[in-house]
Amino acid sequence: MTDHHQTLALLLFSVFVAVTLAITTWVSRSRHGSAEEFYAGGRLFSPLENGFAIAGDYMSAASFLGVTGLIALFGYDGLLYVVGFLVAWLLVLFLVAELVRNCGRFTLADVVAARMSERPVRIATGTSSVTVSVLYLVAQMVGAGSLVALLLGGTSQAARAWTVIGVGALMVVYVSLGGMRATTWIQIVKAVLLLAGTVALTVLVLLRFHGDIDRLLLTAAERSGHGDAFLAPGLKYGGSWTARFDFISLGLALVLGTAGLPHILSRFYTVPTARAARRSVLWSIGLIGGFYLMTIVLGFGAAALVGPEAVRGSNAAGNTAVPLLALNLGGGAGSTGGTVLFAIVAAIAFATILAVVAGITLASSASVAHDLYASLRRRHAKRRGEVAVARMASVGIGVVAIALGLLARDLNVAFLVGLAFAVAASANLPVLMYSLFWRGFTTRGAVWAVYGGLIPALGLVVLSPVVSGSPDSLFPGVDFQYFPLQNPGLVSIPLGFLAGWLGTVTSAEVPDEAKHAETEVRSLTGAGAV
Amino acid sequence: MRYDDPWYDALASGWAESTAAGVPEPRAEQARRAREEQAAADVYLEVQRSAAFQEVRRRYRRFVVPGVVVFLVWYVGYVVTATTAPGLMARPVAGAVNVAMLAGLGQFLTTFLLAWAYARHARLRRDRAALDLRWDTQELTRSVRGGAS
Repeated sequence: MTDHHQTLALLLFSVFVAVTLAITTWVSRSRHGSAEEFYAGGRLFSPLENGFAIAGDYMSAASFLGVTGLIALFGYDGLLYVVGFLVAWLLVLFLVAELVRNCGRFTLADVVAARMSERPVRIATGTSSVTVSVLYLVAQMVGAGSLVALLLGGTSQAARAWTVIGVGALMVVYVSLGGMRATTWIQIVKAVLLLAGTVALTVLVLLRFHGDIDRLLLTAAERSGHGDAFLAPGLKYGGSWTARFDFISLGLALVLGTAGLPHILSRFYTVPTARAARRSVLWSIGLIGGFYLMTIVLGFGAAALVGPEAVRGSNAAGNTAVPLLALNLGGGAGSTGGTVLFAIVAAIAFATILAVVAGITLASSASVAHDLYASLRRRHAKRRGEVAVARMASVGIGVVAIALGLLARDLNVAFLVGLAFAVAASANLPVLMYSLFWRGFTTRGAVWAVYGGLIPALGLVVLSPVVSGSPDSLFPGVDFQYFPLQNPGLVSIPLGFLAGWLGTVTSAEVPDEAKHAETEVRSLTGAGAV
Repeated sequence: MRYDDPWYDALASGWAESTAAGVPEPRAEQARRAREEQAAADVYLEVQRSAAFQEVRRRYRRFVVPGVVVFLVWYVGYVVTATTAPGLMARPVAGAVNVAMLAGLGQFLTTFLLAWAYARHARLRRDRAALDLRWDTQELTRSVRGGAS
């Protein structure tokens, strides 16, 4: 890559950083430091704004870089990710968004703890929320690292490490100073930029093929060297039954995980009513659906125009397919058009990573301060203290995410996100569903549901080929791989539901009829919602 | 508009006051508070049993339960077919487009359609009744808690 790339991309990216920092300062100038303000941005965003912000939170580097890369390398099997990412929103819309907005306050634990003995439930749910967030953060950090490696020539490990550290530091600044209000505006700006960039690239790809999608697909299939097999499932997840079960596992995790992602749940609290929460989800389904349809075109476009060899040569996991496609669409390496387009796309991808990272950090610091700290500390402190804790927690989470991001840098971003989804679906979804819809659910059931999903999910990942026992693992030198699947969802999600049921039927506690009535009335009518 | 509310009082201050060496409440005050809590709980039980609420809940469930079943079966069926019967999915339909492509686009289409149908159903069949119930419930809880807050 030439110097022009770097200079221009860094310049554009600096502009984005400057703008977002300006937003943060401007917003925090008038902040009050209340929990309402810090966690929920004052709850007065409009459905349109929140819809863009949700889309911004969800359309992460994993989709933009990871999924397009998978499509470019494996054809149809990459497309299966996109379908799962989108269909998941129906579950959110039908069962989660309005009810959670009506009964909760800032975090997932608020919804669950209202019916239960508060302390153990809050600690369990807080722990799992923080775990999911950290896993998701690592995926974004890895994306940032790959992008910089591409930008600076691929070999500079130090530059990669510094980028991860820089992204981490910036996100801590956004979150700890600006809270939810700044984070939301950053998401909105980023969503608009990302959609604009994706639309532009899609139009260019289609123009290159004169609008003939058939030819685009055929060229991609031919260039891939797999022929028609490229356009059908099976290249990545075909063959052995292990791979097939792995895919079913991933599919389940994707569709059930979104409803348990803490940074998505916390977005519903930034609008005033459940109806506004529903309308923001509708906006986001439209935006996200359109975005994913375009990433399919971009993925096949990268396969057809750049070719899988070049994509793999730049980053083995395929994370750099879109920037390479941009370079090609603009006229190839060395041309002005290519340089400009490449720089724009790289800057947008950076912006995406920064914004998503800020959103997740905010949600997890809310879990730390509002759930864990509030339950574990002993002495009485004022509300203001909690916000201070949240600000400090964002620093701690930033440090953890940076460290893990440096460790996991060679894994595919979309795949890492799949893991985060699996943990969310196993630990957070069962407890949320049971407390909203099961009259007889008890405290022990809630605690068991969380740990019964969280511990198997994490344990199976540790025992999986991702961590050890194969050349691509995190620790290729050792072998303690006992679980064949890369994604634990197929086993751990049913375990989470089972543990919740088992804990409930074995506990001596009589479920509180009145508390259940209160949850049900509140969740469906919005009575008493803040 | 804000209401003093037992639901959030418990969250915001309950654990802190009970575990900290806060100012002990007079016994009469405690008893009055317990009575109020009980009365508020009764309000929710009463609303839950009311015909109006049962109707809202029935309408919600009658749309959501079949909806969730339909899209989950359709999605899981799609994923399982893609992994177990790639031959069927690879069957060409027209040009480069095969069954797999159509099924994938079909998933997008059904997602948009179901989302639209849900929003329409909620707007036309549920929102008005839920809002009425919300105000009624809040009126009731406020009155048992000793007037407007």
